[in-house]
Amino acid sequence: MSGNPQRGRDLYLTGCQSCHGFDARGIQGTAPTLHGVGAASADFYLTTGRMPLDDPHSQPDRTEPAYDRQSIDDLVAYIGSLGGPEIPQVDVVGGRLNLGEGQRLFTNSCAACHQIAGRGGVMSGAFVPTLLEATPRQVVEAARIGPYVMPRFSETQLNDRELAAIARYVQYAKHPQNPGGWALFDVGPVPEGMVAWLIGLLALLLVIRMLGRNEAP
Amino acid sequence: MKRWLIAALVLLLGKLRPPRALPPGRPVREPDRRAENLTFLLLLCAMAAAAAFIAFYFANPDTQFLGATLGLAFVLLAAACLVAGKRVVPQIEGVKERPELEHPFEQDEVVAVIAEGGEGVSRKRFFLLAGGGAAGLMGAALLTPALSCGPEANRVLSRSPWNRGRLLVTELDEPIVAAGIVVGELVTAFPSGADKEDIASPVIVVRVRPDELDLPDDRRGWAPEGLIGYSKICTHAGCAVSEYRYPSYGPTAPGPAVVCPCHYSTFSVTEGGKRIFGPAGRALPQLPLAINGDGQLVADGDFSGRPGPGWWGVRK
Repeated sequence: MSGNPQRGRDLYLTGCQSCHGFDARGIQGTAPTLHGVGAASADFYLTTGRMPLDDPHSQPDRTEPAYDRQSIDDLVAYIGSLGGPEIPQVDVVGGRLNLGEGQRLFTNSCAACHQIAGRGGVMSGAFVPTLLEATPRQVVEAARIGPYVMPRFSETQLNDRELAAIARYVQYAKHPQNPGGWALFDVGPVPEGMVAWLIGLLALLLVIRMLGRNEAP
Repeated sequence: MKRWLIAALVLLLGKLRPPRALPPGRPVREPDRRAENLTFLLLLCAMAAAAAFIAFYFANPDTQFLGATLGLAFVLLAAACLVAGKRVVPQIEGVKERPELEHPFEQDEVVAVIAEGGEGVSRKRFFLLAGGGAAGLMGAALLTPALSCGPEANRVLSRSPWNRGRLLVTELDEPIVAAGIVVGELVTAFPSGADKEDIASPVIVVRVRPDELDLPDDRRGWAPEGLIGYSKICTHAGCAVSEYRYPSYGPTAPGPAVVCPCHYSTFSVTEGGKRIFGPAGRALPQLPLAINGDGQLVADGDFSGRPGPGWWGVRK
């Protein structure tokens, strides 16, 4: 991570200042101040392509990043120099991370919105993005900063090790093992219920046929 | 598309079924004793299942057992009807020209034909008894749960584990330090020393900026340092309200609210749990909070309303 804050400032002036203001203190009603948001926020929003955003009143959605890696590092270095939390270090591979614990924590803290399969969904007023493309670092950054309307998770609620376990589960959920064999596109319990209904309807039809039929005289 | 599929399926099943051979002329039919015995057995089993439902209701009202026994009773009753309809009752097709019914003497003939419908069934009285017994017991099973609507219900529903000074704990029974909750975070808490399964037990605690608060006038001081508590049980159907949205920048995003994942009832956390979207009929009950000398969260009284899903007369 070797960003050049000077070049980051130049990139900021061409790409970001129309909404966040010349001194990055935000423009009332359009965009928030970037003083104090830290490198973690900048890295999350830029590497997921959520910033820059065309319409400041729409929900930022994941797209291809607008900048190359070096430019992102420069921008992150500039925003980081304005103060705020550092990019969290996540070690998903090392340590003794339990996938089962990750799933349990994901179920408790994340699955209500993102679904247990991590495929996202809806809530009132916003849509919930899928985690299919999220890297472990982005998962941990999102939990700590709470982007858009997502709540934040502090150290007391989920410590670094627990967050890393969640990030590992998210990686697993991209290509889960399906012992049952019928994954139904990994979209979670709602379509599974739908399939159950369709099978149930078929069974009901068979029962109706067995009960009798109306014969023409 | 689905309707076409179903129509095609029905047509296919109709084609596959061999045409039923009807006995020519007036059917002379021996009673089918085996089918009758099977029907009796099924009716007896349906009675037993219905009785088991009533027994479970009083002994161990676990909804799994109740659902299983009642479902079984219905399945057995349906099976008895199926066997009776296909094997016990004679199947005769009678074609009668109309409008001869105007003449009284021909009416007698019709009555005679109808009376023949009962031929080929032995032990009719026993049948009537078994069918009536099954219907009666199942009716009783269906009515039994109405006992829950008695005066006992109000006592159970108004029970609350919360009172002034009751400590809030996590799922692992650890006290919750107020300073550990940051703005934009949601924490699930329970009353210390109480049953976590109780519908009034789980609460959510969120922290907002104190200047965002827009609580009703009589709830001043219920949210120290912007920490607000609400019942976690949706007032609509009793699901756990587990989705939380807190905008990182207010002017361009929807406001702070908790959302029930079942039917998307949405409650504003800054306005005392006011319902702002969805089917819920009333606000989320708010729990007054306080911070004790050790910096831990405690309740400062009971909920602002009854926690849990709606029922008749809940507003009284």
